[in-house]
Amino acid sequence: MIHFLVHDKKDTVGVVVIEGVKAGQEVTGWLMEDDSTIKMKTLSDIPIGHKIALTEIADGATVIKYGFDIGKAVAPIKAGEHAHVHNVKTKRW
Amino acid sequence: MISSKTTFQGYRRENGRVGIRNHVIILPVDDLSNAAAEAVANNIKGALAIPHPYGRLQFGADLELHFRTLIGAGSNPNVAAVVVIGIEEGWTKRVVDGIAKTGKPVSGFGIELHGDHDTIHRASKVAKEYVQWASEQQKTECSISDLWVSTKCGESDTTSGCGSNPTVGNAFDKLEPLGVTMCFGETTEITGGEQIVADRCADEAVRKQFMAMFDRYQEVIERHKTNDLSDSQPTKGNIAGGLTTIEEKALGNIQKIGRKCKVIGVLDKAETPTKTGLWFMDSSSAAAEMVTLCAASGYVVHFFPTGQGNVIGNPILPVIKLSANPRTCRTMSEHIDLDVSGLLQREKNIDQCGDELLEMMLRTCNGRLTASESLGHREFVLTRLYESA
Repeated sequence: MIHFLVHDKKDTVGVVVIEGVKAGQEVTGWLMEDDSTIKMKTLSDIPIGHKIALTEIADGATVIKYGFDIGKAVAPIKAGEHAHVHNVKTKRW
Repeated sequence: MISSKTTFQGYRRENGRVGIRNHVIILPVDDLSNAAAEAVANNIKGALAIPHPYGRLQFGADLELHFRTLIGAGSNPNVAAVVVIGIEEGWTKRVVDGIAKTGKPVSGFGIELHGDHDTIHRASKVAKEYVQWASEQQKTECSISDLWVSTKCGESDTTSGCGSNPTVGNAFDKLEPLGVTMCFGETTEITGGEQIVADRCADEAVRKQFMAMFDRYQEVIERHKTNDLSDSQPTKGNIAGGLTTIEEKALGNIQKIGRKCKVIGVLDKAETPTKTGLWFMDSSSAAAEMVTLCAASGYVVHFFPTGQGNVIGNPILPVIKLSANPRTCRTMSEHIDLDVSGLLQREKNIDQCGDELLEMMLRTCNGRLTASESLGHREFVLTRLYESA
C-alpha cells in the first residue's frame, strides 16, 4: 500500500494519495525518481491530495516539490505534519 | 501502440482539414440573436445552436477576438456547415465571409427588417438542407498526422501533477514525432514554472515571444490583484484538493507538455497554428474560455485532466476527461473517460497510461462520444479583453 508519493529526491514534501490517513499512522511513500520507498509516522490527519512534510521545515524556509521551489513556510513545520495553506505561502503575487 | 501508420475514420473537409464530428451549427453573432438561433435548432433535428452572451458594442482588439473566435468555431473541421444569425447584416456578413474561406456551406441572416419569426423561418429552411447534406458526408481513413490535439487541465489537485497531467505529457511525447499539431496554454498557470517552458522553446525567437506573453499577463495580475488573488489562483477547489501555491499548481500543470516536446511557436488567443508540433497559446486558465479558444484555433480533440472533477464540455470540440484521483473516479465516474488512479498505487506505469489515453483518443476520433458529450456539456465561453463601449 502506497500512502504518499514523492516526485524528486530533493523534495521536502510528499502527496498523500489515499483517503483516511490519520495522525500517528505508519505510512509508506514511493519516491518516484528512483523507485524507492520511504517510511514515516504522521503527526496530523492528512486528506487525500494534501501534503506531508518529509523533514523539519523552518519558518521562512523554501518548500521543495518536483525538485523546485513551490513557496515558503510561514510557520515551523515538523516531519510528518500536514503542510498546506496554514503553514506554506506563495513567493509570487 | 500508436505509430505513423495509425489511422482513424474522419471527415475530410473542403479545405483539407480533418474533423471527427459532423455538426451543423446555428451560430449567433450576438446575444440578441440567441433566441432565433435556438428556435432554428429546435425546429431542425440535428442542428446545434451555440448561444453566448456577447457581440454588441465591442471594439478594437476585443472585437477582433470576438470575430476570430466565432469565425474560428465555424471554420473548425468538426463543423460540416453553419447558419449564422445576427441582429443586423453587416457583422453577420463578416462572420459568414470568414467561415466561407474554408469552402464549407455557410449562410447568414440579419434579424432587422425581418423580425424573429421570418428569420427563424428562412434560417430553418437552410438549416434543414444543411443537416440533410451533412448526413450524407462519408468518413474516410485519415492519418494520425491529420489530427490537431489540444490540452488544458481543470479543478486540478496534487493528483493532477502526479498522474493525469504526466499521462497527457506522455501522450504528447508520442504524438509529436508523428506530425500531430498540438497546443497548451493557461498563461498565469505557468507562474513558477515559466523557466521550464522557456527552456523548452525551440529557439530564441519563440522564447522571447513566450516570455513577452507571460510577462504581459503577470502585469495584468499585478494591476488588478487583491490579496492572494481572492482565492482565484489556486482556486478554492484546488486548495480543497491540497494544492497550496501557484508555483505548485504550475509545476503540476506543465507536466502536460511531457519530457521531450519542444514548443515550436506561440499563438495569440484563437489564432490558427501554421505547422505541426506543440504550440503555446496565450490564454486564460478558466476551463471553458480556454477550451473554446482551442476550438476556435481549429483543434478537433481535447485532453482534459482533472483532479477534483471539473465537468466541462464544448459544443464542437470533444473533451476527453482523465483523472488520477481515486475519490473523483469513484464519486464522479460519469464524467471521467479514463481512470489513471492506478498510477498512484504503482499498479500501472506512465507509459501504459499514455497508451491508454491515446487509445481513448482514437476511439473518440472514430466516433465514441465523450462523457461530457453524452451528458450534454456544451460550454461555449468567449474570452473578453475589456469592457464594451
